[in-house]
Amino acid sequence: MNGKHPWMTEGQLRKKQQFQRLILALFILTLLAVLIALNTGYIRISPWDVLKTLLGRGTDQQELILFEFRLPRMVLAFLVGMGLAVAGAVLQGIARNPLADPGIIGISAGASLAVLLSIFFFSSAAVAPVYLMPMLAFAGAGAAALLIYALAYRRRDGIAPIRLILTGVAIDLGIRALIIVLTLTLAPENYQFMAVWLAGNIWGGSWTFVLALLPWLAVLVPFVYWKAPVLNVLNVGEETATGLGVRLGRERRLLLGAAVGIAAASVSVSGGIGFVGLIAPHLTRRLVGDRHEHVLPVAALIGGLLLLIADSVARVLTQPAKIPAGVVVAVIGAPYFLYLLAKLRD
Amino acid sequence: MNLPAEHDDAQEQLREVERTARPRLTAGMLAAGVAVLLFSFVLSVSLGAANIDFLTVWEAMWRMGAGSQEHQIIWGIRLPRVIGAAMVGAAFAVAGAVMQGMTRNPLADSGLLGINAGSAFALSLCFALLPELPYIYLVMFSFAGAALGAAMVYGIGSLSRGGLAPIRLVLAGAAVSALLGALSEGIALYFNTGQDLAFWYSGGVSGTRWSHLAVIGPWLLAALAAVIAMSRSVTILSLGEETAVGLGENVARVKLAGMIIVVVLAGLAVAVVGAVSFVGLIVPHVARRIVGYDYRLIIPTSAVFGAVFVTLADLAARILNPPYEIPIGAVIALVGIPFFLYVAGKGERGI
Repeated sequence: MNGKHPWMTEGQLRKKQQFQRLILALFILTLLAVLIALNTGYIRISPWDVLKTLLGRGTDQQELILFEFRLPRMVLAFLVGMGLAVAGAVLQGIARNPLADPGIIGISAGASLAVLLSIFFFSSAAVAPVYLMPMLAFAGAGAAALLIYALAYRRRDGIAPIRLILTGVAIDLGIRALIIVLTLTLAPENYQFMAVWLAGNIWGGSWTFVLALLPWLAVLVPFVYWKAPVLNVLNVGEETATGLGVRLGRERRLLLGAAVGIAAASVSVSGGIGFVGLIAPHLTRRLVGDRHEHVLPVAALIGGLLLLIADSVARVLTQPAKIPAGVVVAVIGAPYFLYLLAKLRD
Repeated sequence: MNLPAEHDDAQEQLREVERTARPRLTAGMLAAGVAVLLFSFVLSVSLGAANIDFLTVWEAMWRMGAGSQEHQIIWGIRLPRVIGAAMVGAAFAVAGAVMQGMTRNPLADSGLLGINAGSAFALSLCFALLPELPYIYLVMFSFAGAALGAAMVYGIGSLSRGGLAPIRLVLAGAAVSALLGALSEGIALYFNTGQDLAFWYSGGVSGTRWSHLAVIGPWLLAALAAVIAMSRSVTILSLGEETAVGLGENVARVKLAGMIIVVVLAGLAVAVVGAVSFVGLIVPHVARRIVGYDYRLIIPTSAVFGAVFVTLADLAARILNPPYEIPIGAVIALVGIPFFLYVAGKGERGI
């Protein structure tokens, strides 16, 4: 018996230590990525100057670039990546299908449509109150989720995982068609904004957007973490879960609502970024196994790191034309999805 | 050699298909389809920003060069557009029918399986890098792109153990489309060809000219002729590969020829209208319902029905919300998605 954790078996203890080491490694990687990303860009600032500026001893120009442009954008990228990864992990747990991702099954598209409609209402780009955006996105994403749920449900066998994904793909196509109809009736200046936004961009890049997103994550992410044991049970399958006394329907709806909320809030400040919610949880499960107490935090960090790197690559490599981060993520993510598809069996 | 019993069984299946086929009904349907197509031509040419009455249209269609403004609108703008829509519809529908028959996949459609996205990707490369490229080469690139998309999706299919079930193949198509779409978007934003590309990418035949039709027409006719010539092989393949082998069919060769035809049809259609999905899904299903399971009948019926469908969809795209044009891809998607869900929910019965 091990002295410090008498209630754990050797295997569990090893898993736990592995998990802690992984979290530590990811933190260090994130810090490194932040430091590197901070000193690259249109105007290069050396690591030493970055450090000086962070300690409050840089020039005004350096302060402006770091604090008002680069840092908020990076924080936003990290938070969005985190949100999408957690939403993806929860959806995959509920659907018992590793292919579930808010971007693939139309939830992100629903959020995008709502944001687009708000631009019609407020008649010009980006004057819609920023704090309202996550709420509008939530309404749109929620409507899409309800529609998918209703169409994929069969009295015979409930929500079969693959049917859920397929229905989601179809809804995604449909909403995109509507979005195209709407964007083409936009004035040219709004059109350009919308095109970049739909492709998935960390476009806000100011602290206001960070603040608009933060409360949603601060409430919903701890909530799903608290529900991690329920996710573990849902993940093993319906019969077992009922046997263990989990009130399936209600718990599933709650978690679905939380995942939709997290995804919608993230999408509302980032546009349609797909595949993060797919890659991050899947990588995580290979690293730490299936226990959601471990999966959720690690997936959050991996997702954040992934989008931070993708956004920095998009920002740095494609000067002066800006390629949205969503394009970079899709280029990594789609092959990964295909690999999963080829490898998995029903 | 195959066992005689199996051979007889396969023969029996084929005979059954051919016995339940309805050639006379098909002939009637084809005649009716062509009549409806002509009527939609006239309707489509006469309606628009400037309405032209039927009689003038009818006259102008048979007699060129009267010089009046109406004749110029009809011959310069509307007729090529309408004929382009019909050609695109026939191409997409036949491509879908061949794919569904050969792969026994009820969800097969060049749009859903990533082939159109491949074409569109190749075209966006051309717009960015070779903006002055003549149309005839553009179409070649479109073929190459379609082949790329097909190779990617079916490559994934053959990599996975036991091949991919129809639904998974659709997911692979969605992922390949997402990948190629993202790349096209990146290219468009990087080279600032986004606005030019957007309408075209979401589907529209408004820019079609006679010179375009002259380029794609021969390809379309050649592909249609080839596909009708091999339609009996498609029927045999649709009975399942084992049965096809039992009937002495060279499965690999038929599949290769079929794939080349699909790539040509999808590639030329995308070069005209953009990456439009669902035509190749819906039309063959409807045709099969009416004429039976013999592809010698399904393919011509699909061609005519597809032409009517896209011509009418284009008309709807033009007149629903004037003065704007709704992208034709969106119009078709709104019909196509419920249909897709219906077919997907039904599973694979009767191809």
